[in-house]
Amino acid sequence: MSELLVPFGYDYMVKAMWVSALVGATCAFLSAFLMLKGWSLMGDALGHSIVPGVAGAYLLHLPYALGAFFAGLLAALGMAFVRSQTRLREDAIIGLVFTSFFAAGLLMVSINPTSVNVQSIVLGNILGISDEDARQVVIISVVTLAVLLLKWKDLMAVFFDEGHARSVGLNAGWLKILFFTLLSAAVVAALQTVGSCLVIAMVVTPGATAYLLTDRFQRLLVIAVAIGTLTSLIGAYLSFFLDGATGGVIVTLQTLTFLAAFYFAPKHGVLAARRKAAISGGRP
Amino acid sequence: MPTAVGEASRRGLVASLSVRGVTVAYPNGTVALRDASFELGPGTICGLVGINGSGKSTLFKAIMGFLSPTAGDIRIAGLAAREAQRRHLVAYVPQSEDVDWNFPVLVDDVVMMGRYGHMGFLRMPTPTDRRKVDEALDRVGMTAFRRRQIGELSGGQRKRVFLARALAQEGLVILLDEPFTGVDVKTETAIVDLLRELKAQGHLVLVSTHNLGSVPDFCDQVVLVLRTVLAAGPTATTFTQANLERTFGGVLRHFRLEGQELHADDDRRSVTVLTDDERPVVFYGERKASDRPRGRSGEDKS
Repeated sequence: MSELLVPFGYDYMVKAMWVSALVGATCAFLSAFLMLKGWSLMGDALGHSIVPGVAGAYLLHLPYALGAFFAGLLAALGMAFVRSQTRLREDAIIGLVFTSFFAAGLLMVSINPTSVNVQSIVLGNILGISDEDARQVVIISVVTLAVLLLKWKDLMAVFFDEGHARSVGLNAGWLKILFFTLLSAAVVAALQTVGSCLVIAMVVTPGATAYLLTDRFQRLLVIAVAIGTLTSLIGAYLSFFLDGATGGVIVTLQTLTFLAAFYFAPKHGVLAARRKAAISGGRP
Repeated sequence: MPTAVGEASRRGLVASLSVRGVTVAYPNGTVALRDASFELGPGTICGLVGINGSGKSTLFKAIMGFLSPTAGDIRIAGLAAREAQRRHLVAYVPQSEDVDWNFPVLVDDVVMMGRYGHMGFLRMPTPTDRRKVDEALDRVGMTAFRRRQIGELSGGQRKRVFLARALAQEGLVILLDEPFTGVDVKTETAIVDLLRELKAQGHLVLVSTHNLGSVPDFCDQVVLVLRTVLAAGPTATTFTQANLERTFGGVLRHFRLEGQELHADDDRRSVTVLTDDERPVVFYGERKASDRPRGRSGEDKS
């Protein structure tokens, strides 16, 4: 029994757990919006686009989060710009922009190899996070969550029906920029916990899972945030015993939650659909 | 009961729309609308009629303030379009295909979004907001469905929900984009009745529609659009066979039954049917539409 409490005896583990939980909550909040718009791949794209920003920040001796955030925002705006100027489809634009950024990042790192440990960006390193980095992550997450709590209704209105949102006096353009700013910030924070490869899971899976469980946006937000927080907390805790990458454990837990909802969701699950078919006299 | 129009007129605003010399060009150089002009006043239902790609939706977007005209001026209740938008004076009922029906919102939530312009920074509904939502749902007969997710509704019910949202918004000017597409006759009648009520209360209702046959039934004004405003004015004098043929320039189905085909005597009157395959408009009289039917398949059908 006491063995289960061992992680709580280490400061670095306690820190890893609550910082992960905070990041998980932030990403999950955003995931509710992203997956409804079919913009899920934006999370992945931003995760990769951040690399040149991190490399640049190390070169200039700036906080890495600043560089990452700037690069992420630049990539998001770049995609919006290309989209407004061409007839290319969204997926092509996302693929085009984020690979360009990622390539530029790899180039910068290979020319200046000692500047940054790429592996800690790609895979995350929450167990070894420095106090300084942890402070950055916490500030980013708290500010992002606070803005979302204040403005989620406006964002929902814009995501649901942009024309109507404008007609009731909301500034849709400004709100969309706000959303991508928050997303870039959250992706920067998530880099520390799960790394750039698995950021996409953090900003997709909790929302997708919650979508199967409810028809109300407000509840969807609550469920998604609960899933994001708990899986991140428990994932960080379990990684102590498994001696595995924290990101891998967190995302595996999120996938298991999704699978459970996929089968057992009361209304939109696979089993519920079969039950309905059976009742209405269809094939089992 | 204080009405939206009553409140607005106390603020010195009257439901009116003035479009003067409006030209809209897109960044790629296409001119969607050139030198369009018309004026509409309060207590009006106006039909906006034209083929797909005629500039109808461009005109809508310009009135809503989503597009800035490259030339000309749009005034809503005497205000610039952007200012009218900021004061939520223009309510909008979108086409069904523009709505994401899988979005996790209930009927209640959608109608409440109509109140956002009246709420504070955090969009917390007041008792007044809740009452307005109740009233709006009641007026469209959707109270029983208020806890449903919007995707679970029928085509007609879906339309009513968005109408209720526009009612809750209490805009002076109400724009409806193809409200009768995919709607049963009962719902269509209910929508038309509601539009008449809004008209009686002093609203200005602008309806874009393909449903030519019902335009004379409920629109007192029409605006005919083909890359510009071809004609605008009272339905009785503007919604004529000659104007419609100019507006639709050969894309409508066009049937003509001559006097001899209808009866044995030498009555020279004929029946002309113009339709874009929804509800046809029928003209009967001695006047010929043109020398030859210009409809796509007019000749082989008659």
